[in-house]
Amino acid sequence: MKITGAQAIIKALEKENVNVIFGYPGAAICPFYNALYDSKITHILTRHEQGAAHAASGFSRATGKTGVCVATSGPGATNLITGIATAYMDSIPMVAITGQVSTELIGKDVFQEADITGATAPFCKNNYLVKDVKSLPRIIKEAFILAGSGRPGPVLIDVPVDVQNREFNFEYPETVDIRGYKPNYKGHPVQIKKIAEAVKKEKAPVICAGGGVVNSKATSELVKFAETCNIPVVTTLMGIGSMPCDHELNLGMLGSHGVYTANYAVHNADLVIIMGARVGDRAMGTASKIAERAEIIHIDIDPAEIGKNIAATIPVVGDVKMILDELLPIVQKGDVDKWTQTIKKIKAEHPLKYTFKEDSEFIKPQYFLKTLSEMAGENSIITTEVGQNQIWAANHYKINKPGTFISSGGMGTMGYGLPSAVGVKVGRPECRVITIAGDGSFQMSMQELGTIKQNKLGVKIVIFNNSRLGMVREIQKQRYCGRYSQVILNENPDFVKLADAYGFKGEHINKNSQVRDAIARMLEDDQPYILNCFVDPEEPTL
Amino acid sequence: MKGDVAMAKHLLSVLVENHAGVLSRVSGLFSRRGFNIDSLAVGVTENPDISRMTIVVDGDEYVVEQVSKQLNKLIDVIKLKKLDRSESLSRELALIKVKATATTRAEIIQIVEIFRAKIVDVSKSTLTIEISGGTDKVAALEDMLKQFGIKEIVRTGTIAIERGNRIIKPNKNEEE
Repeated sequence: MKITGAQAIIKALEKENVNVIFGYPGAAICPFYNALYDSKITHILTRHEQGAAHAASGFSRATGKTGVCVATSGPGATNLITGIATAYMDSIPMVAITGQVSTELIGKDVFQEADITGATAPFCKNNYLVKDVKSLPRIIKEAFILAGSGRPGPVLIDVPVDVQNREFNFEYPETVDIRGYKPNYKGHPVQIKKIAEAVKKEKAPVICAGGGVVNSKATSELVKFAETCNIPVVTTLMGIGSMPCDHELNLGMLGSHGVYTANYAVHNADLVIIMGARVGDRAMGTASKIAERAEIIHIDIDPAEIGKNIAATIPVVGDVKMILDELLPIVQKGDVDKWTQTIKKIKAEHPLKYTFKEDSEFIKPQYFLKTLSEMAGENSIITTEVGQNQIWAANHYKINKPGTFISSGGMGTMGYGLPSAVGVKVGRPECRVITIAGDGSFQMSMQELGTIKQNKLGVKIVIFNNSRLGMVREIQKQRYCGRYSQVILNENPDFVKLADAYGFKGEHINKNSQVRDAIARMLEDDQPYILNCFVDPEEPTL
Repeated sequence: MKGDVAMAKHLLSVLVENHAGVLSRVSGLFSRRGFNIDSLAVGVTENPDISRMTIVVDGDEYVVEQVSKQLNKLIDVIKLKKLDRSESLSRELALIKVKATATTRAEIIQIVEIFRAKIVDVSKSTLTIEISGGTDKVAALEDMLKQFGIKEIVRTGTIAIERGNRIIKPNKNEEE
């Protein structure tokens, strides 16, 4: 039976078990939306295309499925770019579908035409401009295979409006062979044996767990490995949740915004075992120094990450979980107890500390987050914006499960927290979803309150409001002699009145003594809520 | 990964999908990651679905390793091999238009013969010469012709093939 290209996209999405997509219609994607009208797929209409991309990303991170976002040609497509780039940097599986002007008009600079495959090439695992409707099923199949396998990432499919309208005989392939794509999952046995030897030999090992551990669902294997060999673990920002936060071997986040003990451990170790992490500058800005004193084992599914930012003495290409599965039966504990004792002592001596008064003028964000994590419990998923709020949350909110801390790590995208929370709540409605924001980043995506309202999504919004772009201000304070250039947001709206405008409840608080009761009120039902916490502009990030 | 090793020119032979946009992906990758391309030549292979790119990269071992790995990440790249110069043949082709007068023409023709190059076009005031060979040979001829006044040079960039029975095929390893 003949169907149109647009109907074929819907059918293909159904075949891929996609039941939710995020998007925003427009002229060049109208045939798709017309076909969607007859489909069981739920479509979440965001208030901006960037929100659709971030929501798809949040959805993916909370469910483990590939997120799908849709936009029209030209500005619709270019508005997706920040979301696509954010997903690319954090290796999030996503398929973006865009409308394009009619094939015969491409290149003529017609209304709402943009070369989106050209524009997104640097941020996509791959992308496609579909010129022949008959290639559509294969391309969609390829897109889902590419997005979700190997090192996951976004794939964009650009479909001209005439291709969406053209009829053809639809047949969806079970699988396709992509000859230029052969990801390697199984680590080389010789290399795995070398890991076991190094672990047995060295006296001061540390594991650095990144987002790859979360992606490969290797938490229990990681914990078993660390426990068997008594090796302390540090995580990157993306690795938060890869090991329970309250595990005694977990030292917390490393790097320029990390905790003392984690950084002490990597800088004094004689063996650093990097798993599913790309040694980014924020995590290991001093990679060459670390490599000078320590042996480096680098496990990653992407061969291009190995040797890029740090020279590995034992490189292993493959999936962290599969490699740990091979490693666990042969690994033996080394002579490490003295080192681990030292690390535990240092951890005890350098806790994350902060002082606060119950009756202060401002909320202490660290105290707020610690209290929130105690009160919200295990069935909660946190998203964050970017800035001081992100680092406070990373260090002080206790994350014990993978996939429950959702934050823009590599790209550092402000405006990610709220739309990603939309995707999380859609994907995991049974979970409590809380977004931690600053007043600056919240205002970058606050139009998505409309999406939350329309879809009755009980997203809880915490705003750490210092009427400043706090992190940039801090840089200006420390490195630019306090010349505060364009970081003051004194004319913020009243965020509780804003909540009211959407029919949500909300509350302002400015005293630490109010924190517990305010959190309790926020969490008492499954309705959207804005809790506006006034924070001291001088409050440091660390 | 230290940059102690001197910069050198490396030859990469890359099989890619023969469809629109591949060249822009490859060249975009070089500019995006700050790698230097010395030359890049593309042409279709014996299989019309596949093109071969010969890329000359300027850089140390670290750069070449990164270039190779990043190229391999592109889905359109099917196979990549770094060619050993002593185990491969490389050629480029150049067309050189040089000023020629009644008095210099004979001398130019003599030089062309020594280089086993060809005169492919003549006018009252110019000779156009075709030469193929290694980069050094082309450069040497260019140097010899400078004295007469070179009006224009067009070159293809290097192409290369392995010596002996080795071939680079998709999905298979080298030996036949």
